[in-house]
Amino acid sequence: MSVGVTMFDKIWRRHVVAEGLGEQVLLYVDRHLLHEGSGAAFDRLGGAGRRVRRPESCFATADHYVPTTARVAATAEEEIRGMVEGLARHTAELGISHFGLGDARQGIVHVIGPEQGLTQPGITLVCGDSHTATHGAFGALAFGIGSSEVEHVLATQCLWQKKPGVMRIRVDGARPFGVTAKDVILSVIARIGTAGGTGHAIEYAGSAISAMSMEERMTVCNMSIEAGARAGMIAPDETTFGYLEGRPHAPRGDMWERALAFWKTLPSDPGAAFDREVALDARAIVPTVTWGTSPQDALPITGRVPDPSATADPVRRASMERALSYMGLVPGTPLTEVRVDRVFIGSCTNSRIEDLRAVAAVVEGRRAVVPAMVVPGSGLIKRAAEAEGLDRIFTAAGLEWRDPGCSMCVGMNGDVGREGERCASTSNRNFEGRQGQGVRTHLMSPAMAAAAAVTGRLTDVRTLGALAGGA
Amino acid sequence: MDAFTRLEAVAVPLDLPNVDTDRIIPARFLHKPTGPGYERYLFHDVRFDANGSEKPDFILNQAPYRAARILVAGDNFGCGSSREHAVWALHAHGFRAFIAPSFGDIFFGSCGKNGTLPIVLPAETVAGIRRQLHARPGATMVVDLPSQTVTGPDGARHDFAVDPFRKECLLTGQDEIALTLGHEAAIAAFEAKRDVESPWLVPGKRA
Ligand code: SF4
Repeated sequence: MSVGVTMFDKIWRRHVVAEGLGEQVLLYVDRHLLHEGSGAAFDRLGGAGRRVRRPESCFATADHYVPTTARVAATAEEEIRGMVEGLARHTAELGISHFGLGDARQGIVHVIGPEQGLTQPGITLVCGDSHTATHGAFGALAFGIGSSEVEHVLATQCLWQKKPGVMRIRVDGARPFGVTAKDVILSVIARIGTAGGTGHAIEYAGSAISAMSMEERMTVCNMSIEAGARAGMIAPDETTFGYLEGRPHAPRGDMWERALAFWKTLPSDPGAAFDREVALDARAIVPTVTWGTSPQDALPITGRVPDPSATADPVRRASMERALSYMGLVPGTPLTEVRVDRVFIGSCTNSRIEDLRAVAAVVEGRRAVVPAMVVPGSGLIKRAAEAEGLDRIFTAAGLEWRDPGCSMCVGMNGDVGREGERCASTSNRNFEGRQGQGVRTHLMSPAMAAAAAVTGRLTDVRTLGALAGGA
Repeated sequence: MDAFTRLEAVAVPLDLPNVDTDRIIPARFLHKPTGPGYERYLFHDVRFDANGSEKPDFILNQAPYRAARILVAGDNFGCGSSREHAVWALHAHGFRAFIAPSFGDIFFGSCGKNGTLPIVLPAETVAGIRRQLHARPGATMVVDLPSQTVTGPDGARHDFAVDPFRKECLLTGQDEIALTLGHEAAIAAFEAKRDVESPWLVPGKRA
């Protein structure tokens, strides 16, 4: 009897170069993405007198530290500017493609990989950033690595890895009106917890996933790390191929046909066994927001701030109490009564053109009542949005329209909130201090963040049509 | 890399689950050079107040635990961002071993590359060790890699699992890149085969 093979296993087996002690294998890396945080790895490599094995497999961009306003002016502190300049210098010396400041293709590393067609089904792809799982949306095995591993891949184009377990998360059914890919992944994380995927690669499957656009699939895979998994993946299909065809680094002509034939063999075989299975019903998902300081602290917007005293587990109770105290929230408060001070729309989770269109649809003809910034994921997205007139809708509504980068997702470039401020954010982490010291982050979809911008509180976007000024 | 064999040292309990690497070292310090003083950034925003003074209620600021080199944590320690700086900051402060019921995967992998040992023990065992450390501040523990055992403050020994590859690297302080470069022939053969099987991945051959 033949045993079905998972997509993960098909890709894994294809990339084993050698076996090591125990269960470690030397795994080949097809694509290595780099950003300005990779500087230490370049320095150590050079210091050890080692060369980059395959510069043509490496692609770099500046995203974490770049300013999102006053692009040319040297506003940043010298050490920060040094990171961006260091990447430009290292890549130039080593012959690595670099989408730097001033290049229209510059943007968040996980946005531009797919946009350039670098991310393809069946490949292994790594980057010194935990949200590398984003690229798994194409049926690639993509995972984040630490700085030592970045150096290792630069030198050897390989990594020592132990095979993780494979977990399948099925989401079936049609998403109700107003429910986005962000709500799906937040609901998944709320269900399995931030450690739920630890030691596993996740394959997302089911009709709600296949019905998603590539951009939505990327939003889902992006937050696999928030569920503890290093990798998230989705089987490639016509949607995937349609997105890839004609991209700068995608195969063309005969080569496209050959690649396509291979890509179609990748999906998990029927009957393939998974180490763990979880199922969610998309029809039961409601627009979701986080209330605490861990991505698993997510609830339907129709809910209330939870009460720790109702929790039996003392460890969980203590961590909820700490989260509520940091967040400045009172148990029992309806989430829709929580006021926000600021809105951030951006990050590798939600800064692509469809996200920006969703924001424009909500804010058009309305007015933001709190400071709100929109940071596109790449220069090309910025251009496309401007060609559609989205920028004019944003600025007419009082939203700031910025240059591409990670910005307030992590605040490394100085885009941060003030102590005690509450921020509605489309990013992926609501950790203490993530958006600035003492800043309180609520994660949500772009449409929900836009709704919060025009009402000044957490808002169920589905109810917005009824408000004054509503369309 | 530093080798790791046996460590007998003061241990500190950290009760919170899901301690993320943003908390271990906030993003605004990631561009700071490593080297003398780097330990200052460890747990910065929970360790120091707005004036830069130590917060006395944070456990690392309490006298008996200052010398700690073993950290006993809650579930999912080191989750979140891939920043290896979290390991560097812990290392700079003197930590060499971490014990928890589970770890963030990337953090776990980065530990071994910096001469530090992450150890997974059952949740009950870890909670018990943390209770003992609270009851006897400054108590020491032993982590022994060759025998794969941890000895708690009460003298009880606990076995732990470790990947044989990681164990070997830590015991010898092996330079992993040198080890991999020893597989040069296999890598070159793999590349030759891949470039034939998936030619569209070779720049210049996309069409
Ligand atoms: S947008 Fe945020 S999560 Fe994404 S790569 Fe940048 S800092 Fe990381």
